[in-house]
Parts: sequence; C-alpha cells; structure tokens
Amino acid sequence: MKRCVAKQIFVLSMGLIIAQTTCGVEPASQASSFWLPLAQDELHDPTDPALNLLQNPAKALSILPRDGAGDQVNWVEAIEDNNIRPSVTLHSNTQVEILDLDVLFRNTDEMNMVNFPHKQHTEWLVCSNCHEGIFKSKGGTNKFGMFDILNGESCGRCHGAVAFPLTECNRCHSVPRTSTAAPATVN
Amino acid sequence: MKRRRNCLSFLIRHVAQLFVFSGALLLLTLAPAQAEYGDVVLNKRAEKAGMRPVIFPHWFHRIRFKCNVCHSEIGFKMRAGANDIRMAGILNGKFCGACHNNQIAWGAENCHLCHSGLPGLKSGIRGGNATDGPGKW
Ligand code: HEC
Ligand code: HEC
Ligand code: HEC
Ligand code: HEC
Ligand code: HEC
Ligand code: HEC
Repeated sequence: MKRCVAKQIFVLSMGLIIAQTTCGVEPASQASSFWLPLAQDELHDPTDPALNLLQNPAKALSILPRDGAGDQVNWVEAIEDNNIRPSVTLHSNTQVEILDLDVLFRNTDEMNMVNFPHKQHTEWLVCSNCHEGIFKSKGGTNKFGMFDILNGESCGRCHGAVAFPLTECNRCHSVPRTSTAAPATVN
Repeated sequence: MKRRRNCLSFLIRHVAQLFVFSGALLLLTLAPAQAEYGDVVLNKRAEKAGMRPVIFPHWFHRIRFKCNVCHSEIGFKMRAGANDIRMAGILNGKFCGACHNNQIAWGAENCHLCHSGLPGLKSGIRGGNATDGPGKW
C-alpha cells in the first residue's frame, strides 16, 4: 500500500516534469500574445463604459524583467533592480524587516531539495503573512508535501495564485541531492 | 512469463497515468492565456445587486504596493472569497476604500472602473491554478 502511494507520487512528479518541459518550449512564441488586451481576456466586459480608462497589462508588464511563466514578469528581479518601488506601507512609520535566512526542505524523494529563501520573500511580505498561520517558525513542525502545495496550501497559497506558478519545479527544487553547501537551517 | 506480464501491465498503467497528469498540467499552464495571472473576480453580491462583477488586478497593484500593505495593514485575508467585502464598507474607508478614497487613488464614485467584469463570472482567482482550500465559496 505504502509502495503504491510512493509509486503514484513518483508518477505524478514525472508527469509534472514532462508537462513542464513540453510547456517550457512555448513561452517564447506565446510571450508576444501573452498579455491579452482587457477587452479580449474573457474577464472584462467589452461593453463596460470605463474599460478604455483601464491599463492593458502589456503596457505595464512588457517593460519589466521577463519570465517564462505566470504573468511573464520576474518580480524578484524587478524589485531587486529597482524597476519598481512598491510602497511597503500606507503609514509612514512601518518598517520592513529583510531577513536573510534560508531553510532547506529535504523530504523531496528523488527531486532536488527545496530551498526556501526568506530574503526574497521579505522583500514582499512581512513575517505575519506567514508566521504563525501558514507556517510555524519552529523548524520541523510543519508537515506538508507536494500534494498539499498543489492543493493550494502552504507554498501553494501564493505560488500558483499570485507568485510564480507550480509548474516551475526547479525554482523551488533548486538544491541537488549531492550538494554539500548547507544553508543556515535544515528541515 | 507471469512476471513479464506484470511488468508490462505496470508499464501500460503508468504510461497512461503519465499522459493524464501531463495533460492536466498542460491545460493548467495553457489556461492563463486567458485572463491575466492573479486577477481576482469578486461577485458575491455585485451582480445580484445589478452591478457588473468586480475585477481586482494583482499585477497592477503589486507594481505599486507590497503584498503586506493589503494582506497585513488593511487586513485582506489571503484566500479568494474569505473577505466579506461590502460597498458600504468601501465608502467608509475599509477594504478597497482604504485607498480608493480620492487621496491615495481615485474614489468609489468611479463605479465602472471596478465593476468591469463580464456578467455571469464566478468569484475566485483567475489565470492561475486557483487554490482549492476550505476558504473557497
Ligand atoms: C493599497 C491601496 C489600494 C487598495 C487597497 C486597492 N487599490 Fe486599486 N488602485 C490603487 C492605486 C494607487 C491605483 C492607481 C490609481 C491611479 O492610477 O490614479 C489603483 C487602481 C485600481 C484599478 C484601475 C487599474 C487600471 O487599469 O488603471 C482598479 C480596477 C482597482 N484599483 C481596483 C481595486 C479593487 C477592486 C480593490 C479592492 C478589492 C482595490 N483596487 C484596492 C490602490 C489600491
Ligand atoms: C513567505 C512566507 C514566510 C515569511 C514572510 C516569513 N517566513 Fe519565516 N519561515 C517560513 C518557512 C516556510 C519556514 C520553514 C518552516 C519549517 O521549517 O517547517 C520559516 C522558518 C522560520 C524560522 C525558523 C528557522 C529554523 O530555524 O527552522 C524563523 C526563526 C523565521 N522563519 C522567522 C521569520 C521572520 C522573523 C520573518 C519576518 C522577517 C519571517 N520568518 C517571514 C516562511 C516565511
Ligand atoms: C513553491 C515551491 C515548489 C514548487 C514550485 C514545487 N515544489 Fe515540490 N516540494 C516543495 C516543498 C516545500 C516540498 C516538501 C518538502 C518537505 O516536506 O520537506 C516538496 C516536495 C516534493 C516532492 C516529495 C514528495 C511529496 O509529495 O512531498 C516531490 C516528488 C515534488 N515536490 C515534486 C515537484 C514537482 C514535480 C514540481 C513541479 C511540477 C514541484 N515539486 C514544484 C516545493 C515546491
Ligand atoms: C505568502 C505568499 C508566499 C508563500 C506562502 C510562499 N511564497 Fe515563495 N514567493 C512569494 C512571492 C511574492 C515571491 C516573489 C516572486 C513572484 O512573485 O513570483 C516568491 C518567490 C519565491 C522564490 C524565488 C526566489 C528567487 O530568488 O527567485 C522561491 C524559490 C520561493 N518563493 C519558494 C517558496 C517555497 C519553497 C515556499 C513554501 C515553503 C514559498 N515560496 C511560499 C510568495 C510566497
Ligand atoms: C492592493 C491590495 C493587494 C495587494 C497589494 C496584494 N493583494 Fe493579494 N489579494 C487582494 C484581494 C482584494 C484579494 C481577494 C480577496 C478575496 O477574494 O476575498 C487577494 C487575494 C490573494 C490571494 C488568495 C488567492 C487564492 O487563490 O485564494 C493570495 C494568495 C494573494 N492575494 C497573495 C498576494 C501576494 C503574494 C501579493 C504580493 C505580491 C499580494 N497578494 C498583493 C489584494 C491585494
Ligand atoms: C474600488 C473599487 C469599487 C468601486 C469604485 C465601486 N465598487 Fe461596488 N463593490 C466593490 C467590491 C470589491 C464589491 C464586492 C463584490 C462582491 O463580492 O460582490 C462591491 C459591491 C457592490 C455592490 C453589491 C452590494 C454591496 O452592498 O456590497 C453594489 C450594489 C455596488 N458595489 C455598487 C457600486 C456603485 C453604485 C459604485 C459607484 C458609485 C461602486 N459600487 C463603486 C468595489 C468597488
């Protein structure tokens, strides 16, 4: 029974990988047509009287660092390179705390291990967006796997909804099993 | 001989599964070619009350604000549908009205800028693989 489940997971991941590699070829041809005008996105009503006042995504997004997934913008680069300077607060006295702490997740079967970088996340989010709700900050107390993530829990709350999507396996599974470079914290 | 058959059926079964999974994922990744990734449809009451559904674009707002401004300071829960957004609240400076107050951004009298969706849309996040958790409608 256990083996059967393990096999299922393995097959699932292979499927995902294949899907990813087949999709990986597409963004180049898709990119130009990727940002549909609002009137054609099957979301906005072409007869809305104010539609012409709204910005089309291509206008704003095409000048930002390019990515091959999600909304085709590499938001990590965009903020690091000061292409955009999103405000961190509506009140002038709130401070950001950038935390440079990597956490390694090792329970990834045959996949590369997962590195969770606090730095790139705290560029966008504050501690309370994740702690102690989505994640306990005590290492090893969070029990979740790829199924939960694909279900929209833990990392999948944001990844697949607003942050880069789950088809980008290698951006999370980035640490080879053979790697000896140990990050600060290990899970 | 028996062993070989087992092996074969194992292969066939799993190759089939593989196709199903990759197919599902392909659909998932190709779907975003419609709506912009991260757009949220808000239509709990709008259409019933005779207004178009509301479209909230994440891409537009995240160029200007970090996530915590809305999801911590203003207090939007990070779960599509988990916030009970009412027009009365917006006019009183809550939810979208924390900014759409003619100070930080244009005010709530610009109905059609927010209520811009196609009639009949279901609430939820679009363009990506929507989350599927307990907070769903
Ligand atoms: C943190 C502040 C903030 C909050 C909260 C906020 N907005 Fe905005 N929004 C802005 C700003 C700033 C603009 C740009 C205004 C301008 O161009 O003058 C904007 C613009 C928009 C636009 C127009 C985009 C375009 O194409 O020009 C829409 C639609 C919109 N907001 C919808 C919403 C909705 C719906 C909500 C609530 C669910 C909301 N906003 C909450 C700050 C906010
Ligand atoms: C995007 C979500 C997210 C944000 C934002 C975030 N964290 Fe974390 N944090 C995590 C995850 C995931 C872990 C790993 C949990 C585990 O080991 O199971 C973690 C682990 C930790 C740990 C424990 C590390 C260890 O020794 O195991 C500490 C301490 C911590 N975070 C502090 C912070 C602080 C302080 C902030 C704000 C500056 C913050 N975190 C912001 C997701 C986040
Ligand atoms: C947003 C980050 C992220 C993305 C993207 C991601 N994973 Fe994972 N994955 C994780 C984390 C975190 C774990 C759990 C590790 C742990 O619990 O120690 C995990 C675990 C796994 C496991 C271990 C078995 C299990 O069920 O937990 C497999 C296999 C796996 N992922 C495959 C994939 C594949 C294939 C993809 C691409 C389609 C992918 N992952 C994309 C973060 C991610
Ligand atoms: C609260 C929302 C949230 C959660 C939860 C979250 N992330 Fe992220 N993550 C982001 C955002 C926002 C970015 C910026 C990039 C983007 O938007 O595409 C990001 C970026 C990343 C990056 C890219 C860093 C780089 O240098 O390019 C990695 C890797 C990552 N996340 C892994 C994870 C893993 C693993 C988990 C779960 C343990 C996780 N994230 C959970 C919001 C989140
Ligand atoms: C201007 C305000 C605003 C900003 C900035 C903002 N969000 Fe949101 N977010 C919302 C609103 C409004 C919703 C929809 C809530 C609802 O449906 O009740 C939402 C929903 C979500 C959801 C739930 C999606 C789901 O699948 O259920 C996630 C995850 C999320 N946001 C992540 C982020 C991340 C990550 C960032 C920063 C990169 C961000 N948001 C920036 C206003 C904002
Ligand atoms: C800043 C964006 C924004 C603007 C501008 C705006 N609305 Fe709304 N409105 C919303 C959101 C978000 C909801 C909640 C949608 C839902 O879940 O049904 C809403 C809901 C409603 C509802 C449903 C019933 C209720 O009480 O919530 C009505 C009716 C409504 N709006 C009318 C208007 C009218 C009339 C105007 C112009 C005077 C207007 N709205 C301008 C964002 C906006």
